[in-house]
Formats: sequence, structure tokens, C-alpha cells
Amino acid sequence: MAVDPHVTEVDVKALNREGVHVTSLESLYNWGRSNSLWPLQFGLACCAIEMIAATMARHDMARFGAEVFRPSPRQADLMIVAGTVTKKMAPMVVRLYNQMPEPKYVISMGACAISGGPFRDGYNVLNGIDRFIPVDVFIPGCPPRPEALLDGVIQLQEKIRSQKLSGPDRARHADKSACAEYPVPEYGGGDLSPPYNPEIWSPPPPFGSSDEDESEFET
Amino acid sequence: MKTKANSKPEQMLPLGDIKVQIMAALPGAACEIVPNPGPSGQDSLRVEPASVLAVARFLRDDERHLFDYCSNVTGVDWLDQTVSETVKVAGTDAAGQATELEEKVERVVPGYLEAVYHLYSVAKKTGPLVLRVRTGNRSDDVEIPSLTPLWRSCEFQEREIFDLYGIRFSGHPDLRRLLMWDTFEGHPMRKDYQSPDETLAFATANGKEDV
Repeated sequence: MAVDPHVTEVDVKALNREGVHVTSLESLYNWGRSNSLWPLQFGLACCAIEMIAATMARHDMARFGAEVFRPSPRQADLMIVAGTVTKKMAPMVVRLYNQMPEPKYVISMGACAISGGPFRDGYNVLNGIDRFIPVDVFIPGCPPRPEALLDGVIQLQEKIRSQKLSGPDRARHADKSACAEYPVPEYGGGDLSPPYNPEIWSPPPPFGSSDEDESEFET
Repeated sequence: MKTKANSKPEQMLPLGDIKVQIMAALPGAACEIVPNPGPSGQDSLRVEPASVLAVARFLRDDERHLFDYCSNVTGVDWLDQTVSETVKVAGTDAAGQATELEEKVERVVPGYLEAVYHLYSVAKKTGPLVLRVRTGNRSDDVEIPSLTPLWRSCEFQEREIFDLYGIRFSGHPDLRRLLMWDTFEGHPMRKDYQSPDETLAFATANGKEDV
């Protein structure tokens, strides 16, 4: 990658040979952040056991710089939603997310955190944490193996490294006007109130409702 | 080391004998045996709400039973049932003569809620005795006596039944919802409960049946 339009890649390689490394502040900043992810230490169900296994000696998440699990949201910058989010627990998860400082990221780990999983039709389980907080990486599985979590962390690192610090498509944490807090749902009569945050999530269109869907199936 | 001879587990009395003993000790008690035609053959004892406290206290304290442990309390929701019966009515046959005709009549058996208690005797190593208590209906007459004063282990399980089925236990020391939040409306384990997510525009949109 050319760091500056006046410096070509040939120049950079020539400098590298002399032991001089040239990079942009953005690349350096993102490289540092992506290799020092501090996850929030909390688990909701059986996926948390796999998350714990990923940090232990055999799988050793420390190799990717994400081993410092913090017991406080104020010190964490990665929330791994590991397990079934019940409707009773959802406000606490959103509040924990709000309490994390920017830049912050969310990994939705496992079928339950993605969509409710096997409990999707139950009366007590939230059908996906992405209804209330923005999710960066989804890891399917029931539960996902530690390798899958490691892959998810690597995907997140790639995402962090590609983030822009300036310009119209800059990252959220570099945008002062961006939404920093998401509304915490309240306990309603039959469901959470509201049941989802309409600014970041909306129900998918009903199956086969649009003409495009049908033509897609006919061809 | 000398060991005491293992006390042999006693066989629980047949349910019919237990019922006879209950009726002898408590002449006003109203109870009946609900047969279980399944492979387990585990019949149960249904007691009217008015006499369940006395019957339960008898089963706990009587020397012949000593059911000192309530291991499990669960709820059951029985919906209204339509039973079709064949009755004979007076009528005329094709030749014009008076005769009896068979007619099918449908009768609605009103539904009710049920609390099921599983009683064991640790002292006598017997059990389980299955005790059933039914409410009057599924809407307004849903109060039955709590057995928490007799078996402390009923407390949370009766709260759970109150939460999920809506049976009100009179005499319960702390009857609040257990699993759902306090402002929750409805009772999710009832058979006619509609999950709020089903009202979102997913599968049943446009009035179509779920595919």
C-alpha cells in the first residue's frame, strides 16, 4: 500500500531494505488496536464455555492479542455476546455495551446470540442481539468451536485494520456526531419495549412477499 | 465394624388403600384416584381444593405414610374439550312408527388448570405419591391452597407455576413471579399463549397460514 502519493512502493521497499519502515498513522493506529483487543469478561450460556476454552492453553487466544478479559465494561473494547440472550437479560447486555468506551466492537457468538437459535420460538429468548446493538462479526455454531471464535477475532482484526480515521466513511469512534449510546429496552407487558431498535434493525420481509423473491425461485 | 442391618425399603401402599385411610381419617375429604393407562401405570390421587390441606397434612404426619418430602411441583393446562356422545332420542322411523333414534351430541367439558405434587417419604423410603389439585376453570376461578406451609420445597415451584400457568396459591408466603419480570402480562406456558414475536411480520404475514 502506498503510504503517500509521493512515495511509491518501490521507495518503501528500498527504505525497508535499509531498515527504515514507513507507514501511515492510520495503519499504525489500527495495527496497534487490532492486536490488543480486550474482551469483556462475561458469558451468558454454553458458548461462554467455548469462549473460556479459546483463552486456555490449547487454543490460546493470547496469540492474537485478545487474552486480557476485563471484568469491567469501562476497560473493555470487545463484547463477545456468548450465549442465549433472554429477554430478561437483554437490557443488561445493552447497558454494558453503552458503558464500554469507544472504539468498541461486538462479536455475536453462536446461534442463540445471532437469532435465538433453538429457543427462537420461545417466549423468553431475544431473537438476536443485533436487534439492540450493532454487531461486527457473527460466528455461527451451536456452540462454535474455539477455532471458530479465533477466526471471528481474526475477521474482526481485519475489519479494524481497514477502518478509516478521517473522511466521510470514517469509523464510528472517529465520528463525533455518530451514535454512541443505544436505547436500553424496558420490560413491557408481553415483550421488551420496544421489541427492537428500529434504527439498527427491522423485521425481514415476509417469505415470498415481493415479486423479486418469486421470480428468483421460478428461474 | 458393626453395621446396622439395612432397613429394607418398604413398598408404598396401593393407592386405593391410601385413599381408604384418608377417607377414614378425614370423613369430609373429597378425593378420587386418577388412573394412568400408560406403561408406567403411575396412578395419582386427585383432591378437591377444599380438602387438600387436610389430606396433605395427613399424608405428611400419619405414621403409616410420613411423606416428608415434596420433590416436584408442576403445572398442567387442560383446555376445553369437546366430547361427542351418542344418545337415544324418541322419533319416528321411515314407516311412521315410534322408535328410538341414535343422535350424536357434542358436549364441551370446560378446561381447568392443575398443580401436580410428587411426594416422597425419606423416612420410609417410599414414593412417589402423585397428588393432583385442579382449579375450577382457566380464567377467574384459579385459586387453590398452597402446600408451602407443609413442604418448604414447594415455595419456588409454586411461584413458577403462578408465573407460567397463572394458578393463584392462597396461603403462599411470597407469591410473586419467579422467571418473568414483574410487569409481564399473561402466562407463557398456557396452551393458548401467543408469543409476541409471532405478531411480527414473519411467516404468517398477509393472512397466509405458516408454510
